[in-house]
Amino acid sequence: MRLPIPLALEAAALRSAGALSRIAGRGGGTTLPGKLLWKLDPGAIELLARRLERGSVLVSATNGKTTTSAMVAEILRPSVRVAHNASGANLVSGVASTLLERNGAELGLFEVDEAALPEVVRRVRPRALLLGNLFRDQLDRYGELEIVAARWCEAVASLPETCLVLNGDDPQIGNLARPGALVFGLDDPRQARPALQHAADSTHCVRCGTPYDYAAAYVGHLGDYRCPSCGHARPPLALAARDIELNGLDGAAFTLATPAGDTHVELTLPGLYNVYNALAAAALALALEVPLDGITAGLHRFAAVFGRFERIAVGDRRLLMLLIKNPAGANEAVRTLVEGAAPRVAVVALNDAIADGRDVSWIWDVDFEPLLAGLESLVATGTRAAELALRFAYGGLARERIEVVPSLEQALDRGLELTPAGGELTLLPTYTAMLALRKVVADRGHVANYWVTAP
Amino acid sequence: MRIVVGHLYPDYLNIYADRGNIAVLAERARVRGHELDVRAIGMHDDVPEVDLFYVGGGQDREQALVAEDLAGKAEVLHAAVADGAAVLAVCGGYQLLGRSYRDLSGAELPGVGLLPLRTVAGKRRMIGDVLLDCAWAGETLAGFENHAGRTSLEAGAEPLGRVVSGFGNDGESGYEGCRAGRVYGTYLHGPLLPRNPWFADRLLMEALAHAGVEVELTPLADELEHAAHTVSAARARARGGR
Ligand SMILES: [Zn+2]
Repeated sequence: MRLPIPLALEAAALRSAGALSRIAGRGGGTTLPGKLLWKLDPGAIELLARRLERGSVLVSATNGKTTTSAMVAEILRPSVRVAHNASGANLVSGVASTLLERNGAELGLFEVDEAALPEVVRRVRPRALLLGNLFRDQLDRYGELEIVAARWCEAVASLPETCLVLNGDDPQIGNLARPGALVFGLDDPRQARPALQHAADSTHCVRCGTPYDYAAAYVGHLGDYRCPSCGHARPPLALAARDIELNGLDGAAFTLATPAGDTHVELTLPGLYNVYNALAAAALALALEVPLDGITAGLHRFAAVFGRFERIAVGDRRLLMLLIKNPAGANEAVRTLVEGAAPRVAVVALNDAIADGRDVSWIWDVDFEPLLAGLESLVATGTRAAELALRFAYGGLARERIEVVPSLEQALDRGLELTPAGGELTLLPTYTAMLALRKVVADRGHVANYWVTAP
Repeated sequence: MRIVVGHLYPDYLNIYADRGNIAVLAERARVRGHELDVRAIGMHDDVPEVDLFYVGGGQDREQALVAEDLAGKAEVLHAAVADGAAVLAVCGGYQLLGRSYRDLSGAELPGVGLLPLRTVAGKRRMIGDVLLDCAWAGETLAGFENHAGRTSLEAGAEPLGRVVSGFGNDGESGYEGCRAGRVYGTYLHGPLLPRNPWFADRLLMEALAHAGVEVELTPLADELEHAAHTVSAARARARGGR
């Protein structure tokens, strides 16, 4: 169906649909206009994208795409007017909504869902495409990793002119490198893990199936790999993070080595995965010709994106919230927590809505065990609270330390009750549980709802 | 008593939380005073003397990588089963225990032939919560399936259960999984054993019998297990028929 509505009129009508749904409180109204546009006239998305005088850039990855694109937005903020889907609405409809609300933007910056990437690529024709990593995530929704990788490969082939910005540490993505691609990766074997993690995914050569030899494995299967049989190896790095310092929960620092010179980067975000995010953001910014000092200043200013790593004061206690959504991401959350101060009380929330993944089997592939030693009380909550409790019980946590409280709000209160005054309560929620917990906290006046604070 | 578990290809077939199933067997053995000795059996490895074999699920690519090696182990696996060893195979492992697996291109992977069934890859994935009625045991199984393969049982083969809700072997027959003596195959990952403790205990008893002791295992309280089963079963029921 294609209705002959003039684009400007259409856009005005759809924008007011967004405002209406925001007033009605239906989840921020972040995608409704885009959904309508997508239905009425999908070609309009291409038209709107073409009006951005500096074109568009896309960011996709299983883990870190929201944080990475928010870092890029912060780097660009002083110099470029950017249309950015900051609320995380990363399907075609979310991109369409952002284009509708662009208000004089020059450049489109879109984080894109892994499965939606081919369609968004077709509509938006980006000038640069950043591909961060591919981990197993929601097998019920995305299908197997190989299928997503094959679709990405086709999408990349359809963009011969686009600048590729690739994480060379991921074999599936390093394999997409071509002349002119900007490949980034970590170069600091001190930060390598002694062995591949259980949840490592792409550990067999993408070309011949032989297990890779790793000179260094950093996060999951990301690292410095080489196939002993056919020689497929990590491509040469144009950008690297060296001399990495991880300062527990307080932040991280590293030397950013680039073709334009080396510089020191300080982050207020913790963990090796955020070093990856910052490195990816720097690479994309470099592809957009931002000078090095602009990149380091932007990364330094950057504060955590909602929920992914967030501290919220609640009376005389604090909440520390880290989103968990798949084995690789959850492993890094656990690693970060343990390298800081391992929590004594934790509320872990497992929901099984579509956005979380209906299939909750992934929790059994997370290495939660490093948390157990210091844990005095665990409150398991969410729609699959009992399943989560079993994960910890069979992981070795004594059953008397586990409480099952399916209601998120009651679980939060129970967690706060167990936390001494002045102390910190760690929350590890899946996506919809994170949104719900944040709403509970917001309704009590402790933090604003995300669509109000999103930049 | 020491129970030896042979975990086949843990580096290749581990996609659906297979280690959750192993952790459940280990802990439920431990609290009854037994010890689970889990040994990885990889590519080109010899098959040791084992009381219980476990084969997990993998992506198509990994499955193809191990299929030939596994078929090469068929003779020794058949001998172990004839000797009373138990086997649990999930998803991809289930398919490989049949006679053959035909992929979308029409290429045929050899199977081990421990279960009387064949699998043909389909285009549509069958995904969702499943509830099975296992009348032969007077119990139910709740889990999650995600497979494109359509499995047909040969005439006279015993399914693991009748599908109450979900797709099952092929989305049509109304049956799921297969069992032959102490060999069990199923598409239910879930993982299967944490929320179906009766099945874990049955496998342990059969493995113990092979190890030389016929015992009844002391019942456990299993409150969390039953709560998780209830939620999972309710998810499947809410989804309704196929
Ligand atoms: Zn190779």
